[in-house]
Amino acid sequence: MVVGKMKLTFQKRVKLAQYLWMLSWFATLGGAVTFTLGCFLKTELRRRGEVMDNTDIHCVPNTLMIVGLASMGINYFASRICQDALDPGRFPRWKTFLKPFFGCSVFFTTLMLISVILSYAMKGSLETSLKIGLKNGIRFYKDTDTPGRCFQKQTIDRLQMEFQCCGNSNYRDWFEVQWISNRYLDFSSKEVKDRIKSNVDGRYLIDGVPFSCCNPSSPRPCIQYRITNNTAHYNYEHQTEELNLFIRGCREALVYYYMGLMNTIGAVVLSVFLLQCSVLASVRLLQTSMEAVAGQENVEVDSEGYLLEKGVKETFMEYVDPVLKLLWMNQVTPPEAKAEAGAS
Amino acid sequence: MAVLPIKFTKTKRDRLAQVLWVLNWISVVTGIILFILGIFLKVEINKRQDLMAERQLQSVPNMLIAVGLIACMINFLGGKICYDCVDTNKFLRWKLVMLPYIICTFFFTLSVLVGALMCYSMHGQLEEALTVGLRDAMRYYKDTDTPGRCFLKRTVDLLQIQFQCCGNKGYRDWFQIQWVSNRYLDMSQREVVDRLRSNVEGKYLMDGVPFSCCNVNSPRPCIQYQITNNSAHFNYDYQTEELNLWMRGCHQALLDYYTNIMHSIGLTVLIIWLFELSVLTGVRYLQTSLENVLRQGDPECESDGWLLENSFVETARSNFNIIKHLGKFNQISSNGDPNIDKPSTAHYGPDNVPLKPLPTAS
Repeated sequence: MVVGKMKLTFQKRVKLAQYLWMLSWFATLGGAVTFTLGCFLKTELRRRGEVMDNTDIHCVPNTLMIVGLASMGINYFASRICQDALDPGRFPRWKTFLKPFFGCSVFFTTLMLISVILSYAMKGSLETSLKIGLKNGIRFYKDTDTPGRCFQKQTIDRLQMEFQCCGNSNYRDWFEVQWISNRYLDFSSKEVKDRIKSNVDGRYLIDGVPFSCCNPSSPRPCIQYRITNNTAHYNYEHQTEELNLFIRGCREALVYYYMGLMNTIGAVVLSVFLLQCSVLASVRLLQTSMEAVAGQENVEVDSEGYLLEKGVKETFMEYVDPVLKLLWMNQVTPPEAKAEAGAS
Repeated sequence: MAVLPIKFTKTKRDRLAQVLWVLNWISVVTGIILFILGIFLKVEINKRQDLMAERQLQSVPNMLIAVGLIACMINFLGGKICYDCVDTNKFLRWKLVMLPYIICTFFFTLSVLVGALMCYSMHGQLEEALTVGLRDAMRYYKDTDTPGRCFLKRTVDLLQIQFQCCGNKGYRDWFQIQWVSNRYLDMSQREVVDRLRSNVEGKYLMDGVPFSCCNVNSPRPCIQYQITNNSAHFNYDYQTEELNLWMRGCHQALLDYYTNIMHSIGLTVLIIWLFELSVLTGVRYLQTSLENVLRQGDPECESDGWLLENSFVETARSNFNIIKHLGKFNQISSNGDPNIDKPSTAHYGPDNVPLKPLPTAS
């Protein structure tokens, strides 16, 4: 049962080859764009790598880069094939190359679709990674004298100012962590001693936040200490005050930023995917219609082209069987088969 | 005696015309670059308009934009002319236009040079605008309820964060102005009343700075209040502490930023000016050599091309004379008019005696 049968006159074949040549160059450009977008996404993820716990999310830009490169190669060969397609003398040399070419192309095109789906599906993993990473960043904020953690303070401060966010989920995360180092606490002062004693772990906790949480759009000078104490500041009520500090949490801000980036990239890659599918389908049609007229005297006759000779499942098995045979060959053959072979 | 004559064969002339055609198109691109640079500078100056007092700063980007557009048009025309110059017949079309075109382009390249020099001279005006502008911005920092000044606080805060600077010349500028609005001061408190009274103008001054002065690279949480009071903070000496606040003044930071931009743009414009000048020289050689071909009559012959036909001094003198005589068109010159003061050649009869006036009858 043939899939996608189509009758093609000589003129139609010529026009198909011409359009295909131009289309394949656009698709090559699309592949280059995909590769560039993958590089860009990877750079952006690495910039904030210090507040991420794991690198699972990097599979998306890595896949995009691989698919971009593969797409450029596939479309380059597609353009060469269609250039030679109308010349009956040059076309036969592509014969042995075409089957593996189509196998690889379908594989990488499906990989392109998978990468788009991944970019939406990895949101949960990204959020978890950021949650843990930010929690650690806030915990080690005060350790500017510990090697390996000296720059946590700087990283978190810059992050909060750039993304206009405060803390992990909100500014109250800073109340649960000691973010002032012991080096700058006067242990002879009664107030400091009281605070440390009132806490189980002996930590100096305050209802204050670092200066990087301050909102520049606030009409009044920033209130960053004794935030929950209304009487400590004139004309101030912390429950209704919205402009003093950044309200948004940094996890939410970063997830929003990266999902926006991946949505845009996903849309572009999806259109490149559609372009590539059409290129592959056209190459297949051209190839089959040219093979129908191969060996004939008059090349200008009508011919039939099709997408798949057999049904989808049978064609799939046809491609997968050689790969499976290659894998089975390394296995030891089962003893019954050996005995049977020995008996016969 | 011609200035810098060069001999041109037919093939040399054709090659010169082709090369000039390509160079003119490249000049169109450089004209677009000039236009874009002018727009970029205009946008950068407008972004910080709140921080700059009114000065003639818009003249430089406007000049660059105008020069860029005119360069595009002139070089487009030049490209067309050079394209037609390969063929002697087509050259006849442009013959009368070419000399005025070259003169116009020469004066235009002078304006490009003026544009480049203006970029370097803007420094003084910029410095003055910034001094006054920043001082006023800091003074109105607290006026977030006054229409027209509501966003000055945000602008100054973002400026200090982005350019990593504090105050006009240094952080001490904030000690001399009241940057906390009266709306947020508790007038019933003794401390506030004392501070207000201790000051001649009744301003609430303190040795504190806004949060945007805080240095991100500091190892300790930011100290922004009671800065000069060593005993108010543990393990703190304000004279040796360098990482707590930004040390640089915003005046210096902004000046450096804009000076860098202006110098880069000025250098680019100078390079473009040199390029335009060389293209103009090529066009002049092409024009003179083609005119000599027409003078000699044979399109295939060798001809001379030069910058000026006679020496520099003689050309200047002859041009000066032309300009002098241009002004005398309306005067009646007694040397030139053939009808004045010439003896009459009329015939008055056989005696050739002019008629006497008849006596009147009384």
